[in-house]
Amino acid sequence: MSINHLDMLLHSVANSLNQYLKKHQRDNVLMVGIHTGGVWVAKQLHTLLNLPQPLGQLEIAFYRDDFSRIGLHPHVKPSRLPLEVDDRHIVLVDDVLHTGRTVRAALNELFDYGRPASVTLVVLIERNGRELPIQPDVVGYSLHLEPGKHVKLCGPEPLSLEIRTLA
Amino acid sequence: MNTIQLDHQGRLKHFLGIEGLPKALLIEILDTATSLMSVTEQTVKKVPLLRGKTIVNLFFEPSTRTRTTFELAAKRLSADVLNFNINTSSSSKGETLIDMLRNLEAMHCDLFVVRHAAGGAAHFMAQHVAPHISIINAGDGRHEHPTQAMLDMYTIRQYKGDFSPLRVAIVGDILHSRVARSNIHALMTLGVAEVRVIGPNTLIPKGIATLGVKVFNRLKEGLRNVDVILMLRLQRERMQAALIPSVHEYFQYYGLTEAILETTHSDAIVMHPGPINRGVEIDSSVANGERSVILQQVSNGIAIRMAVMAMTLKAIPELKDTR
Repeated sequence: MSINHLDMLLHSVANSLNQYLKKHQRDNVLMVGIHTGGVWVAKQLHTLLNLPQPLGQLEIAFYRDDFSRIGLHPHVKPSRLPLEVDDRHIVLVDDVLHTGRTVRAALNELFDYGRPASVTLVVLIERNGRELPIQPDVVGYSLHLEPGKHVKLCGPEPLSLEIRTLA
Repeated sequence: MNTIQLDHQGRLKHFLGIEGLPKALLIEILDTATSLMSVTEQTVKKVPLLRGKTIVNLFFEPSTRTRTTFELAAKRLSADVLNFNINTSSSSKGETLIDMLRNLEAMHCDLFVVRHAAGGAAHFMAQHVAPHISIINAGDGRHEHPTQAMLDMYTIRQYKGDFSPLRVAIVGDILHSRVARSNIHALMTLGVAEVRVIGPNTLIPKGIATLGVKVFNRLKEGLRNVDVILMLRLQRERMQAALIPSVHEYFQYYGLTEAILETTHSDAIVMHPGPINRGVEIDSSVANGERSVILQQVSNGIAIRMAVMAMTLKAIPELKDTR
């Protein structure tokens, strides 16, 4: 399997997540996508797994650790968590796990909403370059990229993965 | 004024007045406030955007409402807040403004929110402050009150959408009102169709028509076909002469009553910067009525002040992917 077979990747992630949740006895989960790409992936997984609870989304712009360097974007969509987070099993979904800083920000924001019973991290793509001790529980594809390259999920219709060279 | 407010890339460094700021920057403030509005609506009304920053409220004039909204805005962004009531502080011991600035700088503060009875005070401080510190004007004499104008613009956009077809009337004590000045500049920059000022000649500054506004002395005539009615507080504390015969007579001619409101557009909104003098510039039933958006203005004020603080402490670049 490669990143060019996105449908297969998504099905593979959905199956792995299903097994993981069963193994760890995590039911009645609240799936939450990280804006933007994570929400696109979460929507697909939510449909494939036919989850009963509505989908949530996190916009972590106000929680980024690089505000003092790069500032704030004027158009930030609000986060939406349709259910209480307290004592609930959360499935946190992102498209690409790279440095780990986005996930850290998302965890900080989640804990501002309450104290979840657990957080399961699901990513479509995991790549090298971690800067924080954050690892996914479910991964679609692991990728090693040379410095100066990055992988981007384009979407929402159709979804596609591209490897780009940073300008 | 314009140049000192912006950094070398044209981004907001200080927020001292609306006059001279480009339309795009005003829109950016409104858009950023819209984004930050969500923070005020979530269970935990706090984000760590300005964590570790120290914001000082320097109020040389008494104010509860404005200071409180600035304080709340700063705390919602996780900043530390110091409140200085200068009336009972060192200026009464003879400390100069520059001395005070230097002392506060030595305490490693990042942003000063300044209210002062003298026009230009915030600008003066911006000229003398250390380069890493930002100044926000919370009202200087009769000059400007830019955050009030921006929360008014936010409220107008919230209820009316597009600025371009709007007719806006500002009613009452224009002469003493920094809110009126900032609002006129903001409305003109955002391109409304028409701005009217309504009041007795004694309360309308000479030459105000040069700003592009239309002057009316009769309330009913001035309110004809307007979309927004912005009432102003009668600032008797700033009046040094008998500019109106009596409060009672003022209300008779310029007070917004149900009867007057019935002669206007049915969807015209009623605004007031507060605090309201009920029965002086506005009837209680109008202030509490369906067309009043006065309390919404207060809520919007927090988001606007959050936006301006975030923007001055860090100008906004393109959104980068730093996953």
